[in-house]
Amino acid sequence: MTRACICFAIAALMAMGPFGGAAARDEFILVQSTTSTRNSGLFEHVLPLFTAKTGIEVRVVAVGTGQAIRNAANGDGDVLLVHAKDAEEQFVAEGNGEARFDVMYNDFVIVGPPSDPAGVAGMRDAVAALLRIAEAAALFASRGDDSGTHRAEMALWRETGVDVEAASGGWYRETGSGMGTTLNIGTGMGAYVMTDRATWIAFGNKRDYRVAVEGDPRLFNQYGIVLVNPERHPHVKAGPARRFVEWVLSEEGQQAIASFRVDGQQLFFPNAGS
Amino acid sequence: MESFWGILADAMSLILAWDADLIEIIGLSLRVTVTAVAIACAIGLPVGAAVGSFAFPGRTAAAVILNSLMGLPPVVVGLIVYLMLSAAGPLGPLGLLYTPTAMIIAQTVLVTPIVAALTRQVVEDLHREYAEQFSSLQVGPLDRVLALLWDARYSLLTVALAGFGRAVAEVGAVIIVGGNINHVTRMMTTTIALETSKGNLQLALALGVVLLAMALVVNAGVMALRASAVRAAYV
Repeated sequence: MTRACICFAIAALMAMGPFGGAAARDEFILVQSTTSTRNSGLFEHVLPLFTAKTGIEVRVVAVGTGQAIRNAANGDGDVLLVHAKDAEEQFVAEGNGEARFDVMYNDFVIVGPPSDPAGVAGMRDAVAALLRIAEAAALFASRGDDSGTHRAEMALWRETGVDVEAASGGWYRETGSGMGTTLNIGTGMGAYVMTDRATWIAFGNKRDYRVAVEGDPRLFNQYGIVLVNPERHPHVKAGPARRFVEWVLSEEGQQAIASFRVDGQQLFFPNAGS
Repeated sequence: MESFWGILADAMSLILAWDADLIEIIGLSLRVTVTAVAIACAIGLPVGAAVGSFAFPGRTAAAVILNSLMGLPPVVVGLIVYLMLSAAGPLGPLGLLYTPTAMIIAQTVLVTPIVAALTRQVVEDLHREYAEQFSSLQVGPLDRVLALLWDARYSLLTVALAGFGRAVAEVGAVIIVGGNINHVTRMMTTTIALETSKGNLQLALALGVVLLAMALVVNAGVMALRASAVRAAYV
């Protein structure tokens, strides 16, 4: 009886084993991308259109831009779709990617609590707003994770001349986490947070937070796409990956991005070839 | 913030509305975790029993190492497995990164020390009782280990469940080596992390309740199996 039970349990385990299920899939490519594109739901909107047309499945690993670039540099991915132009160009210059193309843009915003302790609500000048936050020593939650958003934020801080590292742990709080987690933390402790607009609009735990600062040209947020260099990384699925890059940059792919809406708002604005 | 019960009620209605994907995610979680625990038992039970019943130089050190490895941080395990499986790593050519198999490997690394360390304790206690009998009957080393494992089997079920508990609740390792890819490597815990990061706290909590229920079902199933086995043993 006992033996029968154990034999049954083992047989059940074997049936559930790792090698049965996922084997027979169609061709797929792997895209290293950012949390903002995934969390907003863009991929669920766009990728099925590509898959329906080509039969190529697209698997997305969504991490911070810094980590996505490092993963791709290790050869763990066929395409890179992130938002830190300098880092992407460096990735190409180092021979890890073939070429970099603009795909789409949106913008960053600084969100804050309704009490607005630094008095920055309605400001357009992002640098002046950050300076005011620093002077008021109002809480500010930063990604602190070498992501595209973090890089953009650091570039603005450099313009203010404020040494945020010295303030880190005081009014300046580095979460070392993704955008959503940082927003959860920021809204939890009443801190200002700089976020891309797409993540913010799709975010489900806004509480009473609102956009305080927007409209500064320096808050421009450009996304780029790079094919991982098949000469450097021979296992890269160059054929289907190139098809994906070309499709994203094509009229059809750009239309698909433009037609993605959350709550009636367009989150990403295609600008390939511009 | 709503009351906890309000969130729980919302959570339940969300679960009911989220059928097919949720079943896929639960299925993958179970498949990965149960496989990892089975492999961890296949390795950890004999290792633990050997350390627990044989006298050899460095035995105490081996026990200390096993016990400390129980505290392996999942993120570190994830990183190590990532570096091994990455295209730039030694096992890159296998193409296992971002697959369920990668998650099974990571969880196996995480759970094996737990199974081995707890088995060692159980077997050592039992061995103290049996040692005299073994030597008077001149039982060989392999038979000793098998006899000890067999006689301790009910306690070892709990050991396996401890390993299951660790693996099923773990997120740090599987999110690195699996990549949390929709329909491929998205498990219960990675979905909870994702929904939390999207700010969908109700849904994340709902999934937590599902995960708990899943663990409950597995534990109840194993305990029922054990009860029927115990009954059968005395017939």
